[in-house]
Amino acid sequence: MSLDAKIPQGPLAEKWSKHKFNLKLVNPANKRKYDVIVVGTGLAGASAAASLAELGYNVKAFCFQDSPRRAHSIAAQGGINAAKNYQNDGDSVYRLFYDTIKGGDYRAREGNVYRLAEVSVNIIDQCVAQGVPFAREYGGLLDNRSFGGSQVSRTFYARGQTGQQLLLGAYSALNRQIHKGTVKMYTRTEMLDVVTVDGQAKGIITRNLTTGEIDTHTGHAVLLCTGGYGNVFYLSTNAIGSNVTAAWRAHKRGAFFANPCYTQIHPTCIPVTGDHQSKLTLMSESLRNDGRVWAPKTVEVAEKLRKKEITADQVKEDERDYFLERKYPSFGNLVPRDVASRNAKEMVDEGRGVGGSGFAVFLDFADAIKRLGQEAVAAKYGNLFDMYYQITDEDPYKQPMRIYPAVHYTMGGLWVDYNLSTNVPGLYALGECNFSDHGANRLGASALMQGLADGYFVIPYTLGDYLATIGPKPVDANNPAFAKTKQEVAERINRLLALKGTKTVNEYHRDLGHIMWEYCGMARTEEGLTKAKGLISALRADFWKNALVVGTNEEVNASLEKAGRVADFLELGELMVDDALMRRESCGGHFRLESQTEEGEALRDDDHFAFVGAWEYKGDNQPEVLNKEDLNFEFVHLTQRSYK
Amino acid sequence: MSEIKQTFNSSLGKKLIMALTGLFLCTFIIVHVAGNLFLFKNDDGYGFNVYANFLTHFPPIEVVAYLLYLAILVHALYGLILTIQNRRARPVSYAVQTKSPASWSSKNMGLLGSILFLFLVIHMGDFWYKYKFTDTVGYKEYRTNVLTNERIVSDFTPADPSFEHSSTTENDVEIVRVKDLHARVADSFSNVWYVLFYVLAMGAVSFHLLHGFQSAFQTLGWTHRKYSPVVKFIGTWLFAVIIPLGFALMPVVYFIQSLGR
Amino acid sequence: MNLTLKVWRQKDAKSTGKMVTYRAENISPDMSFLEMLDVVNESLTLKGDEPIHFDHDCREGICGMCSLYINGRPHGPKKAITTCQLHMRSFHDGETITIEPWRAGPFPVIKDLIVDRSSFDRIQQAGGFVSVNTGGVPDANIIPIPKVIADEAFNSATCIGCGACVAACKNASAMLFVSAKVSQLGMLPQGQPERWSRVQAMVAQMDAEGFGNCTNTGACEAECPKEITLTNISRMNNDFFSAKLFREEGVHENSGGGE
Repeated sequence: MSLDAKIPQGPLAEKWSKHKFNLKLVNPANKRKYDVIVVGTGLAGASAAASLAELGYNVKAFCFQDSPRRAHSIAAQGGINAAKNYQNDGDSVYRLFYDTIKGGDYRAREGNVYRLAEVSVNIIDQCVAQGVPFAREYGGLLDNRSFGGSQVSRTFYARGQTGQQLLLGAYSALNRQIHKGTVKMYTRTEMLDVVTVDGQAKGIITRNLTTGEIDTHTGHAVLLCTGGYGNVFYLSTNAIGSNVTAAWRAHKRGAFFANPCYTQIHPTCIPVTGDHQSKLTLMSESLRNDGRVWAPKTVEVAEKLRKKEITADQVKEDERDYFLERKYPSFGNLVPRDVASRNAKEMVDEGRGVGGSGFAVFLDFADAIKRLGQEAVAAKYGNLFDMYYQITDEDPYKQPMRIYPAVHYTMGGLWVDYNLSTNVPGLYALGECNFSDHGANRLGASALMQGLADGYFVIPYTLGDYLATIGPKPVDANNPAFAKTKQEVAERINRLLALKGTKTVNEYHRDLGHIMWEYCGMARTEEGLTKAKGLISALRADFWKNALVVGTNEEVNASLEKAGRVADFLELGELMVDDALMRRESCGGHFRLESQTEEGEALRDDDHFAFVGAWEYKGDNQPEVLNKEDLNFEFVHLTQRSYK
Repeated sequence: MSEIKQTFNSSLGKKLIMALTGLFLCTFIIVHVAGNLFLFKNDDGYGFNVYANFLTHFPPIEVVAYLLYLAILVHALYGLILTIQNRRARPVSYAVQTKSPASWSSKNMGLLGSILFLFLVIHMGDFWYKYKFTDTVGYKEYRTNVLTNERIVSDFTPADPSFEHSSTTENDVEIVRVKDLHARVADSFSNVWYVLFYVLAMGAVSFHLLHGFQSAFQTLGWTHRKYSPVVKFIGTWLFAVIIPLGFALMPVVYFIQSLGR
Repeated sequence: MNLTLKVWRQKDAKSTGKMVTYRAENISPDMSFLEMLDVVNESLTLKGDEPIHFDHDCREGICGMCSLYINGRPHGPKKAITTCQLHMRSFHDGETITIEPWRAGPFPVIKDLIVDRSSFDRIQQAGGFVSVNTGGVPDANIIPIPKVIADEAFNSATCIGCGACVAACKNASAMLFVSAKVSQLGMLPQGQPERWSRVQAMVAQMDAEGFGNCTNTGACEAECPKEITLTNISRMNNDFFSAKLFREEGVHENSGGGE
């Protein structure tokens, strides 16, 4: 099947404005006759729900947490990019576009990315108008900082809590609409399936996480804003509740899943301490602006550090290897995330890792403290330092931090066209849930930008076009498709509740995570991936025989919730491995050991793999079918990424 | 009108009432303690009795006094209402008592307030009520030679039962006849239990105001980086130390004096 | 470490609950408090028992979902952190730890240690926003904001809505939570047009939910994981009295765009 991304023709800078003009409009009097379902209330979901309700649509919004404000967008620390060029340092929409395309290792669409850069400026205006307290300079104007992978200061931030402030801004806009009655909010409600009627999405099936009630909700369109699937690795920087279920259910109802193997491993996380660990904590990338990454030059020194015979400050300057500064003189510690992560792994693989486990390198602030003073460093990074201290019991003002990469973001997701529509009409995917704008690697401070761009400035236009086409006729809740899908959801829940084996769901999740991290993590090989595929399918088969789920449906049941999510991860994991096997090149967050330059950098194969791999579900235990969307680069010239 | 009612029925409105009445009472006790310093004057109660008479007979002060009684009642009533509401806001209590850091006084304002209310009932019943509405308080006559300042004190029994006080001058001698509240005070403060109760009550005043004074400013929204420390200082030293100490010294000193008699 | 846990168990909102004692064995000091509960829950599950239910999500102290009243203190014994950031090294071997849900009338227990905090959302919905629609807003730099004001607004804006202030307050008052939002928007120029109506609307909703009254004990400030200060309450009071006594604005019916 050929995939049409529906990217408008014409010059790059005019695509979006021309497209907006060509999109059909819904008559204002008719808007309230349309029901729009928004699943997830993070940056993309909350902004979309609020904006659509402001336009006059009837919105039903859903989140599994107790409040829309809990969505995991809240945890983003560093900042949000926008091509404002307030700093007069040479930034422009085109440069943000170019940086994003290049940073994504040329695996994203030019049209989408340009639009993202274009609307980025509106996002900042919008957020400031909502009362988001961005950092400011003494003159009262907004402050910017430079952020991983960029040589201009275009990142707006609110101390180390930018995601929180942006989400609370979107949440406030959503609240305003809830108060007005234009948004009906369903909290503690998890979407368990999409209902399609004649191939079009017309509703969803949900489970009330308090009472267990299975409900159907009808809508003229369904927007999935349900985030990424990093928790397939068990340990990640995602929230415990983050899951792939909504997207995966949509996939099984026909929506293509694109580029699932593109996973971002974030270089600056707090290393794992033991088996009990339930999640990894990210330290904002902004730390790399002032912190210097190093590992001991020799295995011997590393060994002494691991055994705690010496401390980091006792390692002499000439025994230290500031490996990022050494290998990438022009970008230094600010190389993109994938490059920084892979280099840390290399150090560990060479036996030069530090910390008790040896799975860590240093991020050192001694120089910054000497240069700026402890107070200035505290003002910039105080909350991050505190967080580190809380978790590790080590004082980063005195000892260098130990960091190690961790799964952070998933660039892959539901395939969408330029209108953010999946290949199932009426089903849309926004934010991290879709695959669209980051290619094979996302730049720092771009996730917040994309989530809000999709929700505030793209979907309000593109959704209208679809709704105008289908007309405001009410969705018939009595269509047998609703009862049938609801029945299927109930049956699946019963199957899960009937699992009375000997192994907890959490253990399956952990096992899956080990497999994924080992074979489908920072470095992937044909052999390892093949092995992983077998391991995952065996694990999945075992899950459906041996897992242990307690309790009943008609109550709060964490065991059941988790079981459903892990069951979906077990299926997704295999697709990720398939995708990684298929893509015999290295690009961005997908690094195949077989495909690297002499310098050990990711080596793309543009002749064979300059396409989006969109997988089509064909039924249980059937191999998924690959659909390709070719990526055409009209405006940028593909180069080997180099940050030397 | 209903909007105003709404304002004072809101949680913050009730707090406003507590703060305003509280601060009013604070200003009163400054006056009260200052006036009562006459008790420490060794003049056979002349100054004190004249002062007491002034307070009860100068019309503007009488108006203020009734405002004061109203303030006490409103403060107590709203304190009660707020306490009941606050209890209701936590229908199931914790198994473990809270260990959250908060000053003892701030957590026990209701208890302290109840002690103070009990104190006020006894205090006012004993002095104010007896002074104003009964004839159990006797009279004294002070004859002061204006030139030599020599003073002769004697008991006095008015012929007319409605007699309140008089002040005349005869040949350089000022004659003041006034109710002898001072004797009443000296009598009460010779009872050890009474003295102990007063001292305890002044302890309650101290802790009540230690929190209450600065809390009123917080409630009114009058906080400022520069001035709040000043408020805290005054609340601590003036209202929680000097004033209660001053008050407490009176029964103690009189009790000690009564032992010598 | 080995610990004894006394945990509040309650099947659902309608049932009555009770404290149940559990053993937590082989606990590493490096575990977070919630990971310790995970371990206990794994062993309960393997026995076929129902795990202890508690709210949690991000596990990095920012989402505000985790709660727990631990040994008489919300979010446990340490300052300025949430329960998910509390590590077992803060306890000693053999210790008995009592874990209760947040207790407040407006926070009814849903199950075990999970409470319903939707009252917080309703307060925010009543007025915790600036009424601007998407698009059509001025350039972000058109209104300069003094850095001290922006920073102070940020300090108020860091509230994570966890409810520890209510849990800690002897009166179960929500004033710290409400005042944080009132302060944030009241300080910023963008929040001025609705400053006087907002404070009235949010306070009215707070009262309607049945929270207690602030008596300025400061327990909320001491327990707030984000160190929101009592100054916020003072600012809210000031704005509220100002609005009620001296301003024209009432609580306005929110016009949220659309038709």
